[in-house]
Amino acid sequence: MRPAAAPGDPGQGRFLGVAMFAPAVLYILLLIAVPFGLAVLYAFSDARIGSTSFHLVGLENFRSILQSPSFRKALRNSIVFTLVAQAIVIVCSNILSIALEKPFRGRGFVRFLILLPWVAPVSLGTIGWKWILDSIYSVITWVLVALHLVKPFNTPMWLGEPHLAMASVILVHCWRLIPFSTVIMLAGRSAISKEIPEAAAIDGAGFWRTTFQINLPMMTPILSVAVLFGIIFTFTDMTVVYILTAGGPYDSTQTLPSLAFATGIAGSDLAAGAAISLFLVPVLVLVAYGMLRLAHRAEVV
Amino acid sequence: MSVRAPGRRVAGRLLHVGVLVFFTGALAFPFFWMLIAAFKQNIDLYTVENNPFKFNLPPTFEHVRFLFTQTRFLRWLGNTALVGGIVVAITLLVAVPAAYSLARLTGRWGERLGIAIFLTYLIPPTLLFIPLSRVVGLLGLQDSIFSLVLVYPSMTIPFSIWLLMGFFKSIPRELEDAAMVDGLTRFGAFLRMVVPISVSGILTVVIFSFTLVTQEFVYALTFISPEANQMIGVGVPIFLVRGDVYYWGSLMAACLVASLPIGILYNLFLDRFIAGFTFGSVK
Repeated sequence: MRPAAAPGDPGQGRFLGVAMFAPAVLYILLLIAVPFGLAVLYAFSDARIGSTSFHLVGLENFRSILQSPSFRKALRNSIVFTLVAQAIVIVCSNILSIALEKPFRGRGFVRFLILLPWVAPVSLGTIGWKWILDSIYSVITWVLVALHLVKPFNTPMWLGEPHLAMASVILVHCWRLIPFSTVIMLAGRSAISKEIPEAAAIDGAGFWRTTFQINLPMMTPILSVAVLFGIIFTFTDMTVVYILTAGGPYDSTQTLPSLAFATGIAGSDLAAGAAISLFLVPVLVLVAYGMLRLAHRAEVV
Repeated sequence: MSVRAPGRRVAGRLLHVGVLVFFTGALAFPFFWMLIAAFKQNIDLYTVENNPFKFNLPPTFEHVRFLFTQTRFLRWLGNTALVGGIVVAITLLVAVPAAYSLARLTGRWGERLGIAIFLTYLIPPTLLFIPLSRVVGLLGLQDSIFSLVLVYPSMTIPFSIWLLMGFFKSIPRELEDAAMVDGLTRFGAFLRMVVPISVSGILTVVIFSFTLVTQEFVYALTFISPEANQMIGVGVPIFLVRGDVYYWGSLMAACLVASLPIGILYNLFLDRFIAGFTFGSVK
């Protein structure tokens, strides 16, 4: 314990601390906590855009959305997109971070190019993909035709067929997250002690043994950071889906956030939209729990 | 280290280069493709048989000219810069004192409050946009960029406090103690001693907040409908499309012009952001 730092008047120091901290707490309460409370309230009400009527209707909204096929598709897609994208991102960013670890000429520029998908505004990068995946002028289609892999008169509709559209959404999520995950892992790698794996090699541990019994366990905390952020960024994102497919064709790429927007804002049914978006909460709670554990571990070490 | 056969070393080198070329190519390709489309003539762009990788007709500045003279692109850039500037100012005013106060809070409570604030950064716009759309309406800010000025700091403040807290903790308390012995008040010591030596941390927060404003999509789409009041991230993908007609040339030019400066800026401060994201699990 150390005494309060303000010499002479400790009470003044405490008052100053509270006064400096209060605006931040106020902002967070008013613009995060209150809206969150409102979201919960709306989910149990009949609030609509353009109507002042407001009644609590109990679980009515939840009953009707749980029965709707679009909602079930959105829930399934949100989970599938997140899991598949995370699996791909972890594998790719691991490989890429190993390749980027050793210094080589032009590494700074290569890093800049690799990072662009993450740092450029999402909506603009996604529009770039929309052009690449265009139904007629897609460059991917052109290459496939040139290689005689598809016939010119029967080209794939990347964003127009359910399975291809789902794959496209996952592809864009991976494209955006690989850079972020790679730099996180690079930071982790550079912090890991180089002596332990070298000592293990001298003691006769082979490549696989070093990788799985020494490097991987040492990488676990940083891998968790990358995965936890990746889950948030994919599961709660609506920009990629909204721009690429708007949830179509036939709701096949609809996710919870995009359905919440389509229902709550575009469809004016604030109550149902709020109820749909509340299904994001369990995942957020799990991720927050994971982060707390990591932070706790860092604190103990 | 075991002695490796030269053949194996060459193979390893090739694999290394191969991995780098593959990933760099794949990740940067959309931006390369924007560059190509931005300068191609429409006839070239929309002829399926043409090789899309080369300019079959001479390059043109027509799309770029159209973008800057016939659309509201510049207006959107201006809106974004204005909102970004005000949001940065609000973020600094709120986050810098809060982070300092938390960093100097003794005991475990400082750390705990800091983590609690960090966790609010994880609450996404897609959870709050529905109630906030009504709040914005009640305040009469519907369709105005000031709705975003009000709401965006709720996204930038938590992470900024987190970043700055780490920064202030690395400054020795003795510095302020000495200043206070010399007759400054604690707040005076904070303003005259701590803030000036924290410029690089404050700059990191400025860049972080500004890029977050340029990247946000959901709130801007929800709160604002008139074309003239749009931000760059919504204006380009939504309003550069007339009916069902995509002006791909100017669209791609717009994406590239807006993405590159933000990318360069962010890249300069990347290592600091990453230190914030990994919160102590990398030491």
